[in-house]
Amino acid sequence: MSFLDYFRSRPKSASLAKDRLSVIVSRERASTRGGPDYLPQLQQELLAVLARYEKIDLQHVSVSLDKTDGHEILELNIVLPEDLPIGRHASA
Amino acid sequence: MSKVVVVASGKGGVGKTTTSANIATGIALRGHKTVAIDFDVGLRNLDLVLGCERRVVYDFVNVLKGEAKLNVALIRDKRVDNLYVLPASQTRDKEALEAEGVGRVLNELKTMGFEYIICDSPAGIEKGAQMAMYFADEAIVVANPEVSSVRDADRVLGLLSAKTNHAETGTAIKTHLLLTRYSPAMVKKGEMLSVSDVLELLGIPLLGVIPESKAVLLSSNKGTPAVLDETTDVAQAYLDVVYRFLGEERVQRFIEEEKRGIMRRLFG
Repeated sequence: MSFLDYFRSRPKSASLAKDRLSVIVSRERASTRGGPDYLPQLQQELLAVLARYEKIDLQHVSVSLDKTDGHEILELNIVLPEDLPIGRHASA
Repeated sequence: MSKVVVVASGKGGVGKTTTSANIATGIALRGHKTVAIDFDVGLRNLDLVLGCERRVVYDFVNVLKGEAKLNVALIRDKRVDNLYVLPASQTRDKEALEAEGVGRVLNELKTMGFEYIICDSPAGIEKGAQMAMYFADEAIVVANPEVSSVRDADRVLGLLSAKTNHAETGTAIKTHLLLTRYSPAMVKKGEMLSVSDVLELLGIPLLGVIPESKAVLLSSNKGTPAVLDETTDVAQAYLDVVYRFLGEERVQRFIEEEKRGIMRRLFG
């Protein structure tokens, strides 16, 4: 370290800690708190409705919520069974 | 009226047991009938910090399993009136902690006239920690001004807002932040997260700040909670916390570096 470096201000580690924490905390809050709590139930209820029309396995229904700046995307992915009679094939 | 209070942190070693011992002792010193329960099944320590480890005959798990009566398992403190301890068991019988049994014991304590029931949570977010927080009316979240501790405190706040009896019945649990092992000198140099940094990140009200101090180790060596020796900074800080918790106004201290006179600097 040169003599001049001594006078140069370096970023303090506490502010680095705060910056890192605010990123990780907000990300974890988005994935664990608020909103997604109802997703498992939504998945169950969707399945119950679909089961009235088609034979569908729980693992073929996926529900996810993505948060990006300013807006949220609720994504439903339902895979219908392959061995359906011709004419009734559907995908969602 | 009884109040169930959980002392939680997520991360281990941040001062949950020290805080439980001091807050329970401090509340009892103020004349309220208080019990501290150790939920750390398998790794009991609260009895050691409170100095009653040699008087443990029955424990929390014995009571949950119906092997001992609650009033027999409770240890009455010899120094402080109104203070009782319910120690954890040392066997790793974590299955004994079920909501139904824990709720039954807490209700029995309430009917025995305990005003404050302090639940010392184990570290982590597993069953023991969830049981310690499940019936809580209020939570004291203990954190150090350090990245992993603050992150874990935030996870615990998430659990408190979702996985408690209060949350499930639609009422919010009251949360307080207790920042421990705080070093104003390091904060001043920009080497430690400040109180305002942590408050901004976690977004819950501050109950108090406990300074980093050797008094914590010295008091646990002796098995005498720090609040029993009012001369130390840690005792003062914890007593402030107790007063605030009981609803009295106390100005926040131990946030700024203490001004030391030239004589104390030379001879202190």
